[in-house]
Amino acid sequence: MTSRYDSVFLDVVSRGVVPLIQIFALYVVTHGHYDPGGGFQGGVMLAASIILLRVAQGEESYERFPRAAGLYLAAFGALAFCLLGFMPQLFGGNFLEYGYAIPPMEAVELRYWGIFFAEVFIGFLVWGALVAIYDALATGGFD
Amino acid sequence: MRLAGVVLIALVAGFLMWATRDLPLRGDPQSPASTHVSVYYIENALVDSKTPNMVTAVLADYRGFDTFGEAVVVVAAALSCLLILLRRRDDQGVVDDPDERRRIAGGADP
Repeated sequence: MTSRYDSVFLDVVSRGVVPLIQIFALYVVTHGHYDPGGGFQGGVMLAASIILLRVAQGEESYERFPRAAGLYLAAFGALAFCLLGFMPQLFGGNFLEYGYAIPPMEAVELRYWGIFFAEVFIGFLVWGALVAIYDALATGGFD
Repeated sequence: MRLAGVVLIALVAGFLMWATRDLPLRGDPQSPASTHVSVYYIENALVDSKTPNMVTAVLADYRGFDTFGEAVVVVAAALSCLLILLRRRDDQGVVDDPDERRRIAGGADP
């Protein structure tokens, strides 16, 4: 891993670029209804921002985004997506049939928000999984 | 042997090119792909789920189960990478001697 003072330019540029990448990634995740994009693409961009931190900042990045966090994020995303899929089954729908998720609400609204939360959970999942893969390849996991 | 490989590749390539004559033209409205469920998706995506981007509606709503499977595949890939590449701690008993490792794994033990 590079030390923090290897290159001032790398340090300064990465500090400035990472927040911009993350904001644009949030836009891509949450705007999937209207534009090309969605959970997979936005999650990859979030993972790219963390990997840029890893490459540019070295050891310091593990304080901001711990090594175990990637796997936890991926597991949370998968579990939340699964529970979102089971919610309609409590009220007579099929797996992932969002229109039945909360009975008093309108089916169209429910499907809109079901798509939204599915994209958000996929974003978490892809984000965590790709960072976990990078950490495993670069440093060998948790140690 | 090398010539036989080239001839085989040429034959297969020619066969595949010949077979493309039976494919429908691009954008043909009468092709099977355009007459099955896609008509329903194009006409009803906005009405059913208030989503102007019908690709998202198909991906996350009509074909949500498929997307769920894709997401689980991504998690499984991350878990597999960790399982294969995880560096064990020293106190967890990494065996450096290959013979000893083979004996523990139940391999060839004279």
